[in-house]
Amino acid sequence: MILYDYVLSASCYKIRLMAAVLGKPLSLRAVNFHPAREHKSAEMLALNPKGTLPVLQDDDLVLTDSADMLRYLTADRREWRSPQDDQWLAFASGLNDSLGLARLHDILGYEADIDAARASGVTALRELEAHLTDQRFDGVGFLTGATPTIADIACFPNTALAPDGGVVLDAYPSLRLWMRAIRSLPGFIEMPGIHRLHELAHPA
Amino acid sequence: MTAATDNHWYPVAMVSGIDAPRETWLLGKKITLGRDNGACWVRDAAGNPLTVTERFGHLWTSPGQPNRALFTIPEADTPGRRLVDVGSVRVKCSPLRAVENFLDIAHFPFVHTDILGAEPHTEVDRYDVRIAEDVDEVWATKVKFFQPQAAKSASGGITTEYMYRVPAPTCAVLYKTCPPRPGEWDIITLFVQPLTEEWCEVWPWMALYDDASTMAEMVSFQQLIFMQDRSILENQIPRKLPLDPGMEVPTQADMTSVAYRRWLKKIGYTYGAQLVAA
Repeated sequence: MILYDYVLSASCYKIRLMAAVLGKPLSLRAVNFHPAREHKSAEMLALNPKGTLPVLQDDDLVLTDSADMLRYLTADRREWRSPQDDQWLAFASGLNDSLGLARLHDILGYEADIDAARASGVTALRELEAHLTDQRFDGVGFLTGATPTIADIACFPNTALAPDGGVVLDAYPSLRLWMRAIRSLPGFIEMPGIHRLHELAHPA
Repeated sequence: MTAATDNHWYPVAMVSGIDAPRETWLLGKKITLGRDNGACWVRDAAGNPLTVTERFGHLWTSPGQPNRALFTIPEADTPGRRLVDVGSVRVKCSPLRAVENFLDIAHFPFVHTDILGAEPHTEVDRYDVRIAEDVDEVWATKVKFFQPQAAKSASGGITTEYMYRVPAPTCAVLYKTCPPRPGEWDIITLFVQPLTEEWCEVWPWMALYDDASTMAEMVSFQQLIFMQDRSILENQIPRKLPLDPGMEVPTQADMTSVAYRRWLKKIGYTYGAQLVAA
């Protein structure tokens, strides 16, 4: 399986992380999204006319939507699926349009109504915090239950990267516990802005 | 703002990235830049042209009268090197903090884990630092550090040798062991555009010997490294770089940083700096 990848993209990381925790190897092809805008090159447009990243290619199959990629990667791993996943995949797309946009604005200078992007990001974070607090009251730590599903993997990157876009996460204790649980998953991989748990967190 | 700040060269764009005219910031003031008939130009807010030069893939300007020509990197011109335009990343930190972080080795195992450093190899051996009076630059030499993956072209852990050079207040040049060509130095630079005293645009640029990696892979590697630093930089306190000894206690590993701060004070460069003890 080939992933056309950009190292700083939250959506690309979503797929790298999913594959890593499933133990499925991905062959990464670096695309120079910034500064060369290679995702809009003729070669990449031939693969994905929308000109977006990530792109996942498995033989003749080409997927260009990250939610579809998560479903595809877990097609044979039903423990990573829940009936509530779809609503959270839609929610994750909203996180990308708010917190993700604020991040691109702050890091790469993208045009954006930055105040509006941050404000709708904060609204989404509060919703996430309220839901995860309810889950804790029910004794479970993930979005749809006691174990993680594609819902958690989809919502994690833009949430954890919110500070890159000027949105702090200090005020969300349930969210922070949830992020820590995801960072503790076997096979977890990091990306710039999302650190692995330090060994001191688990002294021998 | 003083002449000590104005009369330096600053990077403001990647030459290959200039298409339509655009606005940006330099030292707290708006400037406009663009290209007409192949020649790049920069104007201040009043529309007056500023002096420009194109070098190392970037467009440089100065709001004042530069007291000397832009520094050179003769090694970068040797044939066979690949010149890498890494692009830019904006960081809410003092431009001087961005340079100082680039000069620091001790954070590698903790921030660039398993790439530029790894526990338990955390010790920074003694190295040489001097302010080269003849060229008025800061130099650190004989820096050695164990690195799991020193470059995109490295295929395993090696002890890397570094030389650091600060040829201008907001620019640093790193000469580093070149994994595929022992005996040559890879060149990695950090050119920092001070947007304001606490906000900067960072333009890394590289001149590497690497015949195996794609350009996208080399760019990704450097962006990954720099973005690992960004969140640390945005959380450093005090926001401005203290030039006077205060609450911080430097260690042996911080000799380059100490020399950089002393040199800034010596040349009177205080933009993004704090002069009262923290």
